[in-house]
This record gives sequence, structure tokens and C-alpha cells, in this order.
Amino acid sequence: MAFDNYFKLEFEAKNINESFARSVVAVFCTELKPTISEINDVKTAVSEAVTNAIVHGYQNKGGQIVLEAGITGNTLDIVVKDTGVGISDIDMALQPFFTTKSDEEHSGMGFTLMDSFMDCMEVKQNTPSGLIVHLKKVIKG
Amino acid sequence: MEINYLNKDDSIYAELSGELDECSAEYVRISLDDLLKNLTSTKTKLVLDFSNVSFMDSTGIGILLGRYNKYSKYDIGMYIKNPTSYVNRIFEMSGIYQIIPKIS
Repeated sequence: MAFDNYFKLEFEAKNINESFARSVVAVFCTELKPTISEINDVKTAVSEAVTNAIVHGYQNKGGQIVLEAGITGNTLDIVVKDTGVGISDIDMALQPFFTTKSDEEHSGMGFTLMDSFMDCMEVKQNTPSGLIVHLKKVIKG
Repeated sequence: MEINYLNKDDSIYAELSGELDECSAEYVRISLDDLLKNLTSTKTKLVLDFSNVSFMDSTGIGILLGRYNKYSKYDIGMYIKNPTSYVNRIFEMSGIYQIIPKIS
């Protein structure tokens, strides 16, 4: 797909990079003149996807996360990929409050927030392993 | 993320400032758990002041629910104060105000 603007980043699955990842996307989309509320929506969604890759995908043991974002017109596309353990039952994982880590105080709200804050969310298996989260939002500004 | 504590009557005010995500979660967890260990019996309320929390994701919800489970065992009520409209939206979506009420 040809974007008007595009970037691709690969970084370590460390929790210190959650802030880095969401800030990069927030800065990247400023050309669309998003409102503060839209920036917060995007930052939260990216944070959730990246945190999921770190905590669930790589089980906090580290790995590489690929973050891509593209702009087409006033639409922002974001892809977060990991090659971690993946999710065997994606439909189940998308249910609000579903978590495999309730004993570690995870709320199970990550996908719910991504879905609510973005216009479109698609979650699929990466090959040979891991997860791909595709998020899309029209920035109205 | 930083937390400043203020004592007032039967309440402790925890003023959080910064970004609350997975990266800062451990600090918040330990700080609030240490507070609970050192509390005197005269304290019955913990008020979490969110006015200076500039970012929060679902990690914040998990942390607060975890603290609620611990604090409620000691009959200490938890309250959320002054969240920004953005953080408030996440709290509302989670339904957390049913157990940790918002106060003004």
C-alpha cells in the first residue's frame, strides 16, 4: 500500500520503550493536526499494543517489536508486530476483562481500549509465531 | 512517575504525577504497598489525586484493582480525585468507580 508518509521501527521489547513507541507515533501524526483527545487515543492504543507484545508476546523475556505507521489522506494506520508466543484464541482474548495474568494485576482491558479509541482494530497471528495488531484511525483534527 | 503523600485528618492523599504505564507500574505498586505497611490505625481513607497524571493506559486499572484488594482488607477506603478528562474516560470505561469512587 502506498502511503503519503510512512515509517518502520524495530526496538527491544523493554517496558521503557512503551513511552518511546507511543511518543514516536504521536509526533509522526502531528502533520494531520490531531486534537489533544485524538493524540491521547493514539498514544493509549499504541501503548496497549506494545505493552501486550512485551508482557504477553514475549512474557517479559525480551525480543524485537516492529512498529510501523502510515498516513493516507487523514487516515493513520499503525501496525505492531511481535514474534512471541501469540494468542491461541484471539476471539477470547478480545473479550473485555479477559486476561491470562489476573494474578499479576493485569486488567484485561488492552484490546477493549484499542478498539474503543481507534476506528478499526484487527488482530491476527504472525507467521511463524507471534501477533500482528493493525490499528486505524481517521484524524479529524 | 512520582508520588507525594500528604496526611490530612483520617486521610492520606497520594498525589501521582507523570505517566502511568507498565514501565512505571512497579514503582506505583511498591510505593502504595509500602504505604499500607506503615499506616497507623487512625487512617481510614486513601485519596489518589490524578490531577497530574498526563498519561495512563489499562495498566493503571490493573494496579488500582490490585491495591483495592489489599487496602480493603484493612477497611481503608480508596478514592480517585481530579482525573483529567482523558484519564477519566478510561476509568469510566473500566467501571472502576463502582469500587473506587470518584470524589471532588
